[in-house]
Amino acid sequence: MNEQETRDLLLEEQEHAAIAPLRYGFDLGRRDFFKLLGSGMVVCLCAGPARSRTSEAHGQSEDDLPQSIQAWLHIAADGKVTVYTGKVEVGQNIRTSLTQQVAEELRVSASAIELIMGDTALTPYDMGTFGSRTTPTMGPQLRNVSAAAREYLIDLAAQRWHADRRSLVASEGEITDPNSHRSIAYGELTKGREIVQMIGDDPALEPPSEWRIAGTAMPKVEGRAFVTGKHQYSSDVIRPGMLQGKVLRPSAFQATLKSFDPAGARQIPGVTVVRDGNFAGVTAPDLATANQALQAIHAEWAAPPQTSEATLFEDVRKAATTETDNPGGPPHFIVGSVEQGLSSADHTLAETYRISYIAHVPLEPRAAVAEWQDGKLTVWTGTQRPFAVRDELAQAFRVPADKVRVLVPDTGSAYGGKHTGDAAVEAARLAKAAGKPVKLVWTREEEFTWAYFRPAGVIDVKSGIRRDGSVVAWRFDNYNSGPAGLRPPYAFPHQAIAFHPTDPPLRQGSYRGLAAPANHFAREVHLDELAHVVGMDPLEIRLKNLTDPRARAVLEAAAQKFGWKREKSSSTRGLGIALGAEKGSYVATCVELEIAGREVKIQRVVEAFECGAVVNPNGLENQIAGAIMMGLGGALFEAIHFDNGRILNPHLVTYRVPRFSDLPKIEVETVNRKDLAPAGAGETPIMAVAPAISNAIFAASGIRLRSLPMIPDGLPATSLPGSHA
Amino acid sequence: MSFLLSVNGAEHSVDAPPDSKLLYVLRDSLGLTGTKYGCGEGMCGACTVLLDGKPARSCQAPLSAVVGKKITTIEGLEENGRLHPVQQAFVGAEAFQCAYCTSGMIMAAVGLLKKNPRPSDEEIINAMDGNICRCGTYPRIVEAVRRAASSAKGSSE
Repeated sequence: MNEQETRDLLLEEQEHAAIAPLRYGFDLGRRDFFKLLGSGMVVCLCAGPARSRTSEAHGQSEDDLPQSIQAWLHIAADGKVTVYTGKVEVGQNIRTSLTQQVAEELRVSASAIELIMGDTALTPYDMGTFGSRTTPTMGPQLRNVSAAAREYLIDLAAQRWHADRRSLVASEGEITDPNSHRSIAYGELTKGREIVQMIGDDPALEPPSEWRIAGTAMPKVEGRAFVTGKHQYSSDVIRPGMLQGKVLRPSAFQATLKSFDPAGARQIPGVTVVRDGNFAGVTAPDLATANQALQAIHAEWAAPPQTSEATLFEDVRKAATTETDNPGGPPHFIVGSVEQGLSSADHTLAETYRISYIAHVPLEPRAAVAEWQDGKLTVWTGTQRPFAVRDELAQAFRVPADKVRVLVPDTGSAYGGKHTGDAAVEAARLAKAAGKPVKLVWTREEEFTWAYFRPAGVIDVKSGIRRDGSVVAWRFDNYNSGPAGLRPPYAFPHQAIAFHPTDPPLRQGSYRGLAAPANHFAREVHLDELAHVVGMDPLEIRLKNLTDPRARAVLEAAAQKFGWKREKSSSTRGLGIALGAEKGSYVATCVELEIAGREVKIQRVVEAFECGAVVNPNGLENQIAGAIMMGLGGALFEAIHFDNGRILNPHLVTYRVPRFSDLPKIEVETVNRKDLAPAGAGETPIMAVAPAISNAIFAASGIRLRSLPMIPDGLPATSLPGSHA
Repeated sequence: MSFLLSVNGAEHSVDAPPDSKLLYVLRDSLGLTGTKYGCGEGMCGACTVLLDGKPARSCQAPLSAVVGKKITTIEGLEENGRLHPVQQAFVGAEAFQCAYCTSGMIMAAVGLLKKNPRPSDEEIINAMDGNICRCGTYPRIVEAVRRAASSAKGSSE
């Protein structure tokens, strides 16, 4: 990792860690403890592998990852391979791509491998599944582990046969000696014992050009379990004696509980009512009874007056910390002198871009099943950060982290929205009071309200350009939406770029690509505006200012596939192009859309994407097409509306997400660079969608849309060509 | 109240209030968790089941309205361990990412193909528009429904 990447990762970490916790203020009344101890419940914990994995063995930070093969990989006597990773599967298909990489280096069939993922009792520590980090970090880690295990197995066979290890071959789960035609299965060599062997620094890895299993379009591991309904998501987990939980939600954000009368609820048989500080909830044998009990509670809340959507963008700018009041705080990047660049420009342009709050809307809402036994807590929950949630639980309940186990079943999506342990903490609090396992599944309304949002933001861009299309000055100020993707991939000679954090009006956090889609929107729309100023083709102006060959390659690939040079915009047909570069991968998106009156229909999206060597082209294509679809929502119509601490559209009726009828013709061109290390692909493919759409709308109509979402109610009726929307 | 439900060809006696929604009875009383909660408002399709062969939102269907109907859930599609052609097509096209919507998508597609064995793309999109895939796997889902339609056509001709 170079210095810039390290700095970017640190910035990103800050964004991930900055999500404000829901404040429960647990007091954890003593009565609950006695009730729990006295309940005498019988619980059978999920049987893990028949060995003990202690916390010392699997590290507690990214700097302290276990160096021994045994922490990561186990080969049973029957040859079954179990691999342990703290990463989680949320639909990005890493269970499959990591399995392929293990199979490649260990030289076993992928069907012999099972990945244990995101189980804090069994897997090595992991910071979390975000930032497109699995492919560039966990992939090489597991390839190293697997290669080291393979070499160790060769050593074992060489010792056994008194043979020269250099003559032995590892293949298909066996070590073979071609000279004597002997062979022995891996399981026979290990007999299921732990491989207590260091991974070493430079195991010999297969280069991507030689891959036989990695790099292929392997189908999703356990695909059958998903089409038969057998796969258990967190919300499907059933435990013996399990109750259903519901949380009493405050009347508004930041509200405190002023009065609480649970008498009505307590009369209902089987109901337990919990109140602890500002947290209140119920458990019942079934959901209908739990809902009935919740209705029967009389509670009054007091909430302070809060910011509303109407003043969002002024508020965000006003509340921003500036360089002076936060020295060294906000990231600031300076190249050359913007003043000098502006003075040498033929034209200057200053515009402002606005980004609304949007919601992740994972189809599986936050859910958790929590179970206490003998002072130990086990929670099944869909989160991207199992170890952070473990620590959150340990802190909330004042127990040591090794008394808490978090398991993450493959989860019904996240998109950056499941970094926190809210549902886990709530379910655990209810379970503690009830003395039985409790399931808590957030309703869609709760998910829309009490989760966190993709940050809103305001972005000011001031630029200077010469007649020949070279951009000579670039000032870029982002208020609140975040620092990811802040810097341009273009070789602008004079740049001043800053991110100004604020005290945000709503609870906000990471989203697919963090702030990079917002920063790309402002940058790529502004560049299109500059192209218009100097009368240059939008593809040409990008190429004119780009030196990075990977960025040029995706632009040219997308333009070629799209037919950019051949096709022309008209008043009813718009073509737009945009570029993205982030986290070691590159994207270019071309959009064709049709305008009829105020209606805009996205007809065709062509996207070229390059993320180094492709690990699984099948999963990659799915991620790219999915990112395009998700990008359409944020570009066109998704927005969270709020007023004085309340969300006004917390339902799918009022918060529109992309559906089948929004589906354009999608064409994906993946540029497979087998000479480069694989980079992640979950985020970057979304980044150029919104600006390409904005640019296409302008190309057809002359209407320049600088706010996301662009057309929640169709094209602005009163807009005249060239007007500022 | 006690209700007799016919689910996946078997009779189940369920004790619940008449306004209880089928989704929660399936998931919590009968342990059929393949049918998913997505919104509880009939807006996402994750809870789609078949009632007498027609797709319906189980989160909106009160028990009193489903008595006497043949209820089919995702768990009831396999026959003798063999996947239904639509399930097979979803695996073949890998028409999922997180797959939380998949049960509902498959049930909606099975319902569509029962009524219209050879749907056009436009008919597929219209019939499935009430089902959300937030991962955006729509192109492959359309492809899976196409494949299922043509495989069924092949076997019946």
